[in-house]
Amino acid sequence: MFTAAAIAILMSLALAVIRAIKGPTVFDRALAGNSVGTQAILLLAVLGFLTDRPEFLDIGLTYGLLNMIGTLAVLKFFRHGDLAYDMKEPD
Amino acid sequence: MSMALEIATWVLMAAGSVFTIIGAVGLLRMPELYTRMHAASITDTLGAGFMLLGMMLAAGLSLVSLKLLFILGLLVFTGPVVTHALARAALHENIKPLLAEDRRGVSRTSAPQ
Repeated sequence: MFTAAAIAILMSLALAVIRAIKGPTVFDRALAGNSVGTQAILLLAVLGFLTDRPEFLDIGLTYGLLNMIGTLAVLKFFRHGDLAYDMKEPD
Repeated sequence: MSMALEIATWVLMAAGSVFTIIGAVGLLRMPELYTRMHAASITDTLGAGFMLLGMMLAAGLSLVSLKLLFILGLLVFTGPVVTHALARAALHENIKPLLAEDRRGVSRTSAPQ
């Protein structure tokens, strides 16, 4: 059961990576990267059940937090061209 | 009881796998950015939700299922935030959503700007 789920997650990971490589705009790539992050969390959880090592869930939690922060940082960088942009500029 | 639990876990994991693959196929096949976001959110909500629920049933009442619940809550709260930020940033860059009336004139493969 967990093996089948792991195979399904790996297949969707491959599809998301193809979109990240193809994606015409940078936002497509950011979206695909976020999707890869979510599927990596699921894969970590399933792998923890497959190998009977629940410590993988902690890595999954950390990965989830990093995924959100990373995507927001990438979006901010491509929207403003700088991570420490001036607040006074017109939005 | 154990048999019913096993069957329920199987059903939930299978549903999660199917929705994860549906979301990924949509991410690859949809014509432009906003519809791709729509497809990617299927993976974030239904796929991850069913899979984590199935794993919670398999783990029983323990610390493991509490951690799975935390992961589910994390995905539920951060997914919409990231998608919203992505849509805002894309609109800021003047990437317009592809409308039905635009699509009749242009060919299916041309990327909208």
